[in-house]
Parts: sequence; structure tokens; C-alpha cells
Amino acid sequence: MTRSEILEQIKEIFVETLDNEEITVEESTKAIDIDEWDSLMHVLLVDAMEKHFEVRFKASEIQDWKDVSEIIDSISHNLN
Amino acid sequence: MKNFLQLKKNLKKDFSNLKTIKLAVLGDTATQFLVQALKGMGYDEGFNFDIWEADFNQIERQVHDPSSDLYQFKPDVVILFKSSHKLLGKYNKLAMEKHTSLAKNELDAIETIYSTINDQLNAKVVYYNYTEIDDSVFGNYANKTESSFLFQLRKLNYELMVLASKKSNLFLCDVSSLQNQVGKLNVFQPSMYTSTEMVWSIDFLPKVANKTIDLIKAIFGKFKKCVILDLDNTTWGGIIGDDGIENIHIGSLGIGKAFTEFQYWVKKLKNRGIIVAVCSKNTESVAKEPFERHPDMILRLEDISVFRANWDNKADNIRQIQRILNIGFDSMVFLDDNPFERNMVRENIPDIQVPELPEDPTNYLEYLYELNLFETVSFSNEDQERTKLYQIEAERAKAHQKFANEEDFLKNLEMCSDVKAFNKFNTPRVAQLSQRSNQFNLRTIRYSEADIEKISKSDDYFSFSFTLEDKYGDNGLICVVILQKENANVLFVETWFMSCRVLKRGMENFVLNTIVDFAKEHGFAQIKGEYIPTAKNDMVKNHYPNLGFEESHPYFILDLDNYEDKENYIRIKK
Repeated sequence: MTRSEILEQIKEIFVETLDNEEITVEESTKAIDIDEWDSLMHVLLVDAMEKHFEVRFKASEIQDWKDVSEIIDSISHNLN
Repeated sequence: MKNFLQLKKNLKKDFSNLKTIKLAVLGDTATQFLVQALKGMGYDEGFNFDIWEADFNQIERQVHDPSSDLYQFKPDVVILFKSSHKLLGKYNKLAMEKHTSLAKNELDAIETIYSTINDQLNAKVVYYNYTEIDDSVFGNYANKTESSFLFQLRKLNYELMVLASKKSNLFLCDVSSLQNQVGKLNVFQPSMYTSTEMVWSIDFLPKVANKTIDLIKAIFGKFKKCVILDLDNTTWGGIIGDDGIENIHIGSLGIGKAFTEFQYWVKKLKNRGIIVAVCSKNTESVAKEPFERHPDMILRLEDISVFRANWDNKADNIRQIQRILNIGFDSMVFLDDNPFERNMVRENIPDIQVPELPEDPTNYLEYLYELNLFETVSFSNEDQERTKLYQIEAERAKAHQKFANEEDFLKNLEMCSDVKAFNKFNTPRVAQLSQRSNQFNLRTIRYSEADIEKISKSDDYFSFSFTLEDKYGDNGLICVVILQKENANVLFVETWFMSCRVLKRGMENFVLNTIVDFAKEHGFAQIKGEYIPTAKNDMVKNHYPNLGFEESHPYFILDLDNYEDKENYIRIKK
């Protein structure tokens, strides 16, 4: 799966989980850029991404993410 | 069952037309998601949960401070969640020699929390029991080592049950058995716990919410009272009309075992007060034959309150059963192996619950266990007698047809009623009837046993319970009135409810005569009543006007000066 494919799917997960059609997600997007993306929502996003990509993130990975690009790094790393 | 995200979507919906129940949620781990799951699932069950959530780990502070937000909020239900992980944390910090007293110390603390809440609030307390954690320090030997964590946790769960059996406002929500159902791996997600302090996984939350709401529904009077059984391939294997009594599957061999176990389950339900009815497409005599003659049948005709076997459609038959039993369709469960019949009944009677029984009968029981259909918040001796009561009712209905007019029928019944204030013997039944009565219930206030005890000891209240006996049998305690002294002249009818089993016997007149006599003896001049409408009590909309009360919105007033005794054929039991 390419980075852009992963990004595309992450975007859908964000829209679905945060229940907001108008969210834009780019590799550079940070939690602070999206109103709904607070620490509680983060838990749901992680859960949804784990289910969708059939991966398990390490707690340390989750804590280190600074933006979406690092999430993509984790996913592609876990997929391989 | 909806998943967590679907439940969360419900939060945006309009709750304004739903029944509001105030919940307080207090936990020693983070409870935000639990609160969202409860709120969201409440919507689908017709509740607007008004939820106050304590800050993280504030149980003791909130409970022991009389001026705390918890008490300001005045919840109907207090939900307490102390997690197994925190319990393990406590155990870990204890000196070795204190490990054996963990369960006892926790139990004492929980009892204190409960009693403090119970003194301050008129609320039910729901406590989550402990999901098992085996820290594997002792291996299997933990089971014979009192100081092991597993030993202490299980002991605590057991002692909680003992405590709950003595405290009438304390209810345990059995998340431990829920964990057994879905497996620990699906309950606890270590990475989530590490980053959020939440111990229950996203997928487990809807199940916990569901189990909690089952309990809350029962507390507020919504529970199942009756199970209606199909026969062929539901109650026994095979088709009695085609296969004959020798060839149906029941007993200890092969597939018969599944049906035998199913029947034992139904029999246990019957013994605990669930009414069992039969609805089958069969010739009646053929359908009854196994109940009468088959040596391996567990269910017998005396277990069945209403037996409908004919070739009419099942929806009509179920309506007949409903008329005889006089309970709501929403308190009935229909079990049938045939998807066509299930859909037909569902479409025609939307309120009845019709589980999608699995295709393979060997899976019936596990499936039914998981649905948790028969939640309750009380259990009394009366429950065990219920089947007989309804059978007698069927006989009475037959006798009724023989009399040309109502009066002759009523006289012929030779009715008498035992009138008593609340006491320790009738308290459980009074509380139970307050939870079960929906139709003939003027203000639909639900009482726990503790509430009833308080009323019986108060000088501001006068309590009346009524039984009704006739020549066919004893209906037991079937009517309750609670009068509140409003002032020296006026008695307010705080509660008047009656079992629908005894409608149209003149009981209302008898009851009114009784309370009027009492009021006069004690120097009151007026009785004041109120009707609070619910979805179900339309039947008593005109109760007070019919009895001669004058409307004085929103109340109804009866002046005692000119009261004339109302006619009835019930005498007071000496």
C-alpha cells in the first residue's frame, strides 16, 4: 500500500470517526488543526485505524506521533 | 448490538421526548466513554439519561461530603465503578501479611459508600463487580492460597453478592460474567489503559452499557413477564403431527438433549415467576399429548398458563394470550424456530420481543443466555405461584360466561379482602407490585423495599395493602394505596396501584370505602388524588371522576361529608 493510499483511507476513518464530512487531512495535519481531535477522540481514531488496517500500535508509537505523516509511518511499518 | 461509534452518533439526536432518568457515574478509572455509551444506548431504549459524571477517582470524596455535587444532583441511579486494575494496584502496594484482608477491607469500604449514599439519596446504587485478573503469581495454587490476588478478587465478588442480597437498593451489574462471555482479550486493552486510564476496550463498552441498561430498565419497571413457546423444533425436536409421540426428540439421547436442557431452562423461568404460554400450529389434542404422556418431557401442562394450539395465525393467537394475561406486549418474548412465523409476529405485534433463534437447536441456550432477556430486580414467593394464578384466572373466565349479568357473577365469586398496613411480611410484595404495575397505576411511583420500610415507619404516611380471595383461589396481595398527610384536613393519595388480574371485581369501590372510613375516623375532611399520565396508564385516566371526585386541576378532590359507601361484593377478611 502506498503512502497516498494509506492517507486516503486515514482520511475516511477521520471523517467517519469524528462524524464530520468537512475534515481535511494531509500528511502535515496535526491534532491542533482539527477541532474534534482531542485526547478522547484520539483513542477512537487509534482503535478505528487498528481495526481498519489490522495492525496493533505500540503504546510508545501512539505517544510519539506528531502529525499524520508519522501515523502513516507507523502503519506502513506495521503492515510490512 | 450497535458498536461504540454508532452509539456515539446517537448523542446528536433529540432526546427531548424520552423519559428522563438521572444517572450519576463515579469511577476510579476514566469513565468518559462509558458515559457516552450509556447515553447513546439509552436513546435506542427510549431513555434520556441525564448524566452527571464525577471527576476521575472522586468516589470517596463525593460520597463522604454531604454538600458534594453528587448529592446536589439528586440522581435516580448511582453507578459505581471500581476497576479490578485499581484493586490489583492496591494489592500490589500492601505488605504481604495484609494480602489476606484485601477483600474484607474493600467490602467494608463499599458497604460504607453504599450506606452513606442510601442515607442521603433516594437512589438505586448499581455497582460493577470485578472482572477477573489472574496475576499468575501462584499458578493454579492461587485457588488454595488465601493471600493470592485471584483468591481475594473472587472472595470480594462473592461477598458483594452476599451484601447485595441484604441491601435492597444495591444492585450488582455482573461485568465479570460478561467478561467470561467475550473473553478477557476483548475486554481489556493494555495499550489503551496505559495511554488513557480506561480499562474497558472500545468494543466492550456497548456490552457493559447494555447490561447496565438492562438493570436500569428493570428498576424502572420495564422487564419481561412471559415467554411464549412454539412447540415443534422449539420445545422438542421433530414435528409431533407427522412424527408421532414416539419419534419426537427429547430426552438424553442425541439432539433430544438440547431440547431437554431448553425445557429445564423454561421450567426454571416458570419457577421464578415468568409466565409460560404455548402458541403452536397443531391440533390441540395432538400438541398436548407429549405434555401428558411423554416420559422425558420436563414441561408439563401444569407449567403452562395459556395453551393455544390451533391452525389460526400466530399473531392472533398471541393477541388472545395477551388478553387473557392482561400484560403488555412489550413484556412478552416469543420463541419460535421458524423465521417466517417470527417475522409475521414481529410485523403484526411490534412491541413483542422475538429473538432470532439460531438454526441449530443445540445453540438455542447459549444464544438465549447471552440475550439476558429476563432481568429482574425482585423475587418473592408470589412469583413461584404466578402460573397457578393465571390458570385459575382462565377458569374464572369460563365461569363468567355462565352468568347472565355481572352482579350475579360477582356475588357468586364470594370475594373477601385482607386489608393491612405495610409490615415486614408484605413489604417485598408491595415493592414488587409497585415495579410491575403499569396500567392500573395512578402516579407510577416505583418503590424499593427500603422505601416501603421508610413509609411504614413514617408518621406522615398511612399505608394499605389489599389481598383478594374468592372461591376459586387466592390472588394474594393485589392492590396498594399510600396516603400522605398533607395537613390536618387533607389526605393525599400518593400512590394507588392495582394488579390487572383483579380488574372489574369492584375492588376500586372496596378500596375507596376502606380509605374513606379510615380518613373519617382520623378526622380528615378531604381526600385528594392525582393522575400522572404515562404511556401505559390510560386505563385509569378517569379513575377519580368515576369514583365521584371533583376535578380541581391538576388534582381531584373528594369531600368526605357526603360520601356514600360504594357498592361492591367484597367483604373484609377477619
